Amino acid sequence: MDSRNIEFMFYGLASAWVILIGYGLTLLVRERKIDDELRRLRSLVEDRERK
Amino acid sequence: MRKTVITVMAVLGIALLLRNLHVILLELPDDAAQGPIYRIMFFHIPSWFTAGIALSLSLAASVMYLIKKDLRWDGMAVATTEVAVAFLTIGLVTGSIWGRVAWGIWWTWDARLTSAFVCWLLYVGYLVLRTAIDEPTQRARISAVLQIFAFADLPIVWYSIEWFRTQHPAPVLRGAGSIEGPMKAAVYANWPALMLIGAVFVMLRLRQESVKREIDSLRRTVHAL
Repeated sequence: MDSRNIEFMFYGLASAWVILIGYGLTLLVRERKIDDELRRLRSLVEDRERK
Repeated sequence: MRKTVITVMAVLGIALLLRNLHVILLELPDDAAQGPIYRIMFFHIPSWFTAGIALSLSLAASVMYLIKKDLRWDGMAVATTEVAVAFLTIGLVTGSIWGRVAWGIWWTWDARLTSAFVCWLLYVGYLVLRTAIDEPTQRARISAVLQIFAFADLPIVWYSIEWFRTQHPAPVLRGAGSIEGPMKAAVYANWPALMLIGAVFVMLRLRQESVKREIDSLRRTVHAL
């Protein structure tokens, strides 16, 4: 048995958590960006319709 | 309402994962042959199961798009595929770390690992391809066709350990030599936890796809005005 067995077990479990948390965070950042873009376009359309 | 549902599901999923982590690390004994490293299996196997479910939904959504030509089905396909890729990545990375200890190598080109890697490449390719096509209906049609072809790799991944002689272990949840008792229960307990987290991701992605369609429509309006 590899002497670093327990160390690699933690790497394995940590990598799963890191991927899950990392992907979750990228989703939240992306959500904020597209919400900003949506708001910007809505106000642009309203401005142009008023003119 | 939508935000409340997502928050409740996320909290429930994380709570389940933490409870399972407690069981995995503190309640289950070390494996007699492998020592503590076998615990990676409790994330490795459910991640593949979750990815399999997500990809099946993605296939169904792609077929539905080709039948109905409704871009909401395309949104469902891309949302589930992207979440599946995250879980496929967990499966590949955790498997590789386990292999480093169990086999003494990070990777080997046996039938299971190779077909799994090809599966990951196909679906990453699907996501990259989508960024290269601007026209929404063309993007949806080509993506749906690619999705159907890509899914053909999934049964090969699943059955490769039965069809071929592989370095990868034989099925551990069924057949001779399968795990039993609390170890098997821990694998099945972590699956719904990951499914809940996956469902939260899909719901977030679905909304993003819906907003993107609205953004596309607003851009066309801005050009027209």
